[in-house]
Parts: sequence; structure tokens; C-alpha cells
Amino acid sequence: MPEIKISIEGLTKIFGKNPSAMLKLVDAGMDKETLLKKHGHVLGLHDINMQLHERNIEVVMGLSGSGKSTLIRHINRLIEPTSGKVMVDGEDVLAMTPGALRNFRQQKTAMVFQKFALLPHRNVLENVAFGLQTQKKEKSFIDHQSRMWLDRVGLKGYENHYPAQLSGGMQQRVGLARALACDADILMMDEAFSALDPLIRSDMQDLLLELQAELHKTIVFITHDLDEALKIGDRIAILNGGKLVQHDTPQQILLNPADDYVDRFVADVNRTRVLLAKSIMVDEKPEQNADSVTCRDDETVDTVLHTLLSEDGSYVIVENSKGKRVGYIDKETLADSVFQIEKKSAA
Amino acid sequence: MESLIVWLSEFPSLSRGELRDFRKGIDQAFREFTQQYGAGLESFFDPLLSFLIWSERMLLAAPWPLVIAAIAGLAWLGSRSLKVVAGVIISLLLIGYFGMWEDTMRTLSIITVCTLVAIAIGIPLGIVMARSNRLQAMINPILDVMQTMPSFVYLIPVVMLLGIGKVPGMMAVIIYALPPVVRLTNLGIRQVDSSVVEAANAFGCNAWQKLVNVQLPLALPSIFAGVNQTIMMSLSMVVIASMIGVTGLGQPVLKAITNQYFSLGLLNGLAIVAIAIIFDRVSQRYGLRLQKHRQGGHHA
Ligand SMILES: Nc1ncnc2c1ncn2[C@@H]1O[C@H](COP(=O)(O)OP(=O)(O)OP(=O)(O)O)[C@@H](O)[C@H]1O
Ligand SMILES: [Mg+2]
Repeated sequence: MPEIKISIEGLTKIFGKNPSAMLKLVDAGMDKETLLKKHGHVLGLHDINMQLHERNIEVVMGLSGSGKSTLIRHINRLIEPTSGKVMVDGEDVLAMTPGALRNFRQQKTAMVFQKFALLPHRNVLENVAFGLQTQKKEKSFIDHQSRMWLDRVGLKGYENHYPAQLSGGMQQRVGLARALACDADILMMDEAFSALDPLIRSDMQDLLLELQAELHKTIVFITHDLDEALKIGDRIAILNGGKLVQHDTPQQILLNPADDYVDRFVADVNRTRVLLAKSIMVDEKPEQNADSVTCRDDETVDTVLHTLLSEDGSYVIVENSKGKRVGYIDKETLADSVFQIEKKSAA
Repeated sequence: MESLIVWLSEFPSLSRGELRDFRKGIDQAFREFTQQYGAGLESFFDPLLSFLIWSERMLLAAPWPLVIAAIAGLAWLGSRSLKVVAGVIISLLLIGYFGMWEDTMRTLSIITVCTLVAIAIGIPLGIVMARSNRLQAMINPILDVMQTMPSFVYLIPVVMLLGIGKVPGMMAVIIYALPPVVRLTNLGIRQVDSSVVEAANAFGCNAWQKLVNVQLPLALPSIFAGVNQTIMMSLSMVVIASMIGVTGLGQPVLKAITNQYFSLGLLNGLAIVAIAIIFDRVSQRYGLRLQKHRQGGHHA
């Protein structure tokens, strides 16, 4: 069982003059539109309960206005909730004094922003040093760490450049280095790659995955791009109108969408690239004794198909990461599932 | 009926006697206040006065080539432009050649002192104003009054308190010149990119760290525009200040007005303009250099 890093309980946020008075109405079932029209208050989030696991990349998805940014800002209390609880490592974030909250933000969390939010008057190195300076670390330590992280994100040699001299992708690398330099357990990324063009964006996703493979942080990653969510997310939480509609692995979200909204959300995805061998394999060995090929249970259907065709086998033996045989896929099942999947994608 | 017509055609006002008593009361109270606290207030402003006198002496006692070299050096530090420096040297030489050296030095020193005081009061005031909407709503109308109230009106109590001389002159200049730096500091801080401020909060900055590392540096171009305007406004007060005993380029202008010496007025007026242009160009260039990293361009 994975450890719970962040636990959010009954979190509700209402924007407006008198949110606590509106809380009763919302709890009684009033929806976002009615609340806005009749009472002039905006329902940001309603009764969110979720556990974010340690060392995971937890993606939060939803359309514009669904409350993603509001949710992530509750984790480090940049926004005060109307009601509910936020626990990080078992500690109640809402009970912290201002000083304790500052320490918590310095040591436990770091954030990467959609619009980069770098300091224009400081060069790249000084920008990366920002978090450590805030923590009043020693000068030589700050310098060493900043250079190291700048190197890690591939910006060695740009120390003395100013943000305005860099492309968007490079600026976000600085943003990432600034966050990583703090050495916080939790990395919060609010649409961090949304402002970048597709190729650069893909590079940044790869960079993030590469760093995560080594650093094992708890990453809360906001996006409204499903492909991005599927590529990097260990789990995906889907918000709709301030409510959490599903929080699950990418596989489960594709195979068992919780409602119509999620269903429509995932309709356009190329499933063969996401679904894994283990989700279509069967227990019985096929009758044919012809050539088989072997694949891992965490390979995508897409890859399995490719292997089968290129090696001209007639069925697939599926093994887990320890090399143990866990199931089989014959040609028909594979063809069927691809066909089913594509039909579903087309529908 | 008839009385109604009278009431409508003549504004219902205090009778003359009442009005006189009303004004007398205020004047009397103020006079008593003056007698009680005037001396104390005067000594309160003593440091300011000695600072002004000291800087005047410095500029007047130093050999003129040295002064020109120092001013040109400052202009170079601020503007990094040979054109501006050449302009500064030529204007100062012409000013000296036309016999206005001493008055110009006096004006320079009072402008410098007043600007420094205005900055020392104005920037902190702008900072606290940016932190609270209530305070902004309170201070803004006061700044409006400071800028629009004819200077002579607030000079009356100042002169009553402190007599005629340099200090009331400086007060008049400072009161008039203070608002722009306050306003533009406030505005500059409020307009700092909210996502950068959010980043500062997210990284756990306290209020001071946020102010020093984020808000002030990002507001600096705006603050600088405020300082520039403050300098211009204090220069425009030079003539009025000379009426209450401030020496410098204003006095010859005043003399020229009362005696109708056109050329005297023109020359001294031009000297004031020259100083204004020098201050303006140097500070504008400096402001531009402060912003050089902000606008996408590529610099080494
Ligand atoms: N400070 C605020 N005052 C009033 N309403 C707000 C405020 N902040 C957010 N909201 C409202 O709360 C809802 C959720 O906003 P939020 O910014 O969390 O959405 P989001 O999912 O991040 O959207 P986007 O993809 O556009 O960033 C929206 O309806 C928004 O208008
Ligand atoms: Mg958002």
C-alpha cells in the first residue's frame, strides 16, 4: 500500500462576499450556476476528498474553470478554504501559524507556474537561487546547488542570461530548476507546460519523467491535456465544475470512466497507446503450438501488436517484471481489442 | 411668498459678523499654537536646514571646474551617454558665463535636498499605501489637495510657524513635489505581476523578503518615473519658493517680474529649464537602463 502524502478531506471553496453563508446552500445541493446567478458567489470546489500518494505523479485534470488551480493552491494554503481539511505528512496545514506556514512552504513544497513567474531583473542563476535565498542558506551552498540544478535541467552555460533572453521552454527549465533546488518533497506544477509548443512540451515531459525516476518526489501536476496526463500520470484526478468525479490510474479511467463527463473526456484518446498488455491478456494458453513472442505486462497494446507483427508470431506470452508468466494474448484477442478500442475511440 | 423669493435669490450664508468671528477663532487658535510650538518646530527642522546650508556651501566653495566635473561624472554614471554629458558641460559653462553660477548652485542644492527628503518620505509612504486599500483611500485625497491647493494657502501657516526663510521654502517645495513619488510607488507595487508575487509567497517569503526581492525591484521603473516627476515639480516651485526667502535662480526671476527686466527673467528662466532638462535626461536614461532586462532584447 503506497504511503499517503497529501490528504484532502471535505474541501469546499466558495468565492464571494459571504462564503460561509453559502456553504449551507451548496451542501444542500445547489449547483455552481444557480449559486452564481442567485447569490453572486462562485463555487470553486465542492466537497473534495482525495489522497495523493507519496512518490507518485498525481495529475489533476479538468476543463477551464473546473477548479484545478484552486485545488492545488489549497495544498500550500495560498488559498484559504471555506471548509474542509488539508493534511500533509499528517500535519494540518490549516492549523499552521504564519511562521510555520512559511517554513512549510520553504521546506515541504515547491511550485512551478504556467507563466513561469521568474524574476526579470535577476539572471538565470539568481533565479534558481531564489528559494534557497529565502531559506537563508549559506552562500556557497546556494551557489553550488543552483549551478547543479541548472546543469540538471540542461541550462549549463546560461547562468548569466536574463529570463527575457530565453525561449519559453528554457524559461520553464529555469522555473523547474528553481523548484527542484529547494529540495522539497512535494512539487506542484500548475499547467507548467501548457504555454509551450508541442515539441518543447514533449521534451519537458520527458525531462520531468527522467528526473522523477531518480528523485521520487510527490508531484501534483495540473493539465487540461489528456495526452499529457496519460503520459506522465501515475494517477489522474478529474474535476468537473468544482467536483471530483474520478481519481484513478490511467488504465481504469480509460476502461471504466466514472460518468458521461469522463467518458467524453477520454473519447478521443488513442487507447492502444495507453492500455497495457495486462488489461487484455487471458489466463488460458491458446491452442496453436506455432511460434510465440514474449512481452512484458506493462507494455502498451500498441507495442505488443508491433512486436507480434514484426516477429511474425502467432500469439503472445505475457510476463511480469520478474519474468514470471502471467497470461497470454492470441492474435484474435489482440485484433479484437484493437478493433474494439478503435471503435470506441471513433464513437 | 416674498420671503421665499428673497431666500431663493440670496444664498443663505453666515452673517458677516458670524463669519468674522469664525475666522478669528481659527486664526487665534493657530496663533496660540504657533507661540507655543513654533520654536520647537523650528528646531525640529534644524537638521534639514543645516544639510541645505552645508550642500550650498560645498557647491559654492568648490572650484567651478571641479563642480562641473563632478556633475558631469554623475551624469555619466546615470546616463552612460556622451551626448548627455556633453550637454551638461555646455549648459553649465553657459550658465557660468552669463553670471548665474552662484544662483544655479543654490537652486541645485535646494532641489537636491528637497528631492532626497521627498524620496525619503514618499517611497515608504507609497509602500504602506500599496499594502492596504483603506490607507490608499485615505491618502489619495490628501495627495490631491497637496497638488491642487495653491501653495500660498498652505504657506501662510508655514510662514506663521517658521517665519520667512529657507525652511518654509523647502516645505512648500516638498509638499508640492511629494505626491508623484508616493503615487507612482504605490501604483508600481500594485502593478507588479501577480504571478511573480504568488511565486514569492509559494516559496515562503516573508513580507520583507517579498518587498525587497520582488516588489521593489519590479516596481522600480515606476518609482523612478515618480522620482523624475518629483524633481521636475520641485524645479517648477523655485520661483514661488523665492518669494518666501529661498535664494537661487528664482529670485532674479522675481526681480525681473517686478521690475520688468525681460532679459534677466529670460536668462534665469533658461537656466532653470537647462537644469530641468539635465535632471530629466539623466534620470530617464537611468530609468531605461534599469529596465533593460525586461524587454525581450538581447544584451550581453
Ligand atoms: N479569486 C477568485 N475570485 C472569484 N472567483 C474565482 C477566483 N479564483 C477562481 N475563481 C473561480 O473559481 C473557479 C475555478 O477556478 P480555477 O482557476 O481553479 O480553474 P482552473 O481549473 O484552474 O481553470 P484554468 O484551466 O482556466 O486555469 C472558476 O469558476 C473561477 O472563475
Ligand atoms: Mg488554472
